[in-house]
Amino acid sequence: MTNYAPFLEALTRLRGIRGAMVVESGDGLVVAESLMGGLKGTALAAMAANLATRAADLAGSAAVGAPRFVHLQASEGSLLVAPAASSLVLVAVASRDVPLGLLRLEMLRMAERLA
Amino acid sequence: MTEDIRALSAQFAADPSSLVFLRLGEALRHRGQVDAALKVALQGLSRYPHLPDAHDLYARILTDRQDYASAFDEWDTVIRLAPQHLGAHKGIGFLYYRAGEPDHALYHLRFAAQLDPQDEGLRVAVERVAGGREIWDAPMPQEPPPRASEPTTAAAPSPGDPFAGIEGGRDRLLLVDSDGLRLGGGLADRNGRDVSDQASAIVAGTTREAGRATKLLELGEWSYLAIEGADMSICLLNPTADTSLLAAMEAGRPAGQLAFFAERSAKAARAWLERVR
Repeated sequence: MTNYAPFLEALTRLRGIRGAMVVESGDGLVVAESLMGGLKGTALAAMAANLATRAADLAGSAAVGAPRFVHLQASEGSLLVAPAASSLVLVAVASRDVPLGLLRLEMLRMAERLA
Repeated sequence: MTEDIRALSAQFAADPSSLVFLRLGEALRHRGQVDAALKVALQGLSRYPHLPDAHDLYARILTDRQDYASAFDEWDTVIRLAPQHLGAHKGIGFLYYRAGEPDHALYHLRFAAQLDPQDEGLRVAVERVAGGREIWDAPMPQEPPPRASEPTTAAAPSPGDPFAGIEGGRDRLLLVDSDGLRLGGGLADRNGRDVSDQASAIVAGTTREAGRATKLLELGEWSYLAIEGADMSICLLNPTADTSLLAAMEAGRPAGQLAFFAERSAKAARAWLERVR
């Protein structure tokens, strides 16, 4: 069985990351999580899985190719989703003013390794 | 000149909080040890996330790795942190030149040349991009040139077309209502096939989902949803409460550039909606 803890710990060590999870994209089940207080794992997993599914549907309809990265930006932070293979998605919640370029790169790299 | 990597590594090991990681990372780059340089740069960035030189080093390593989109974002971060940063202007100028955008390249390279007038290589680069030495007779612009793909005005849209005059208005921008009906613009895939109607049907539902997720996760007011696809990237937002906009760009462009394009187009869409409603 894959140990996801090192992946999640590496992400949550980055400044401003409130939590990270590995989620089963089909039904939104939590596979592994590392969350700070205030974040509800099951709700976050369901939301992230739903968003990943919607993004994939839209990417298919718009013919832009398979989604590599999904970034939901809001005034107080962002939700980031990197689809991996085997129906898994890597999810992170970031606070405001986090350098997202670095985070994006780390998530893409980890999503590849989750595959 | 390549510094002694062994000595720099020893200094870094003895004091991981020192700024020697900047010199070590650069030395490793020069030796072609890009993965080792990346590791050093990321360690430094984790300690100094607001240090412009750390982002500059990281951007140069990303360029070595041919990850130009991420490098652009990093240099963009540097310029926000330190608007007079020589390395960032040189780097971003190079990326613009490589992307076939000479006007933007010229602006940043000239800016860099002003910061370091002794850099002969930089002067030659400016003259090459500008097409001659006459460039030095022209006044330096106060700000970067407007992008061709941005709407130049949102004040006078055509009654029938929310994105009139905007590059990409027919095949890269789509405005839909809350029922998924297309109000304006259009979307084509990489081969030029019209996919406007099939995308419109899903856009409104996706933006609703984005708003719902933002609210439930208590992330504040949602701004946009960006989806990086293998072939193209798209950005969704709500110009008004009852409309959604999709903006598309080729894959590999910086995420910030796409979001900016979408926000400017949303302004044009709002002006058009006010006019036609």
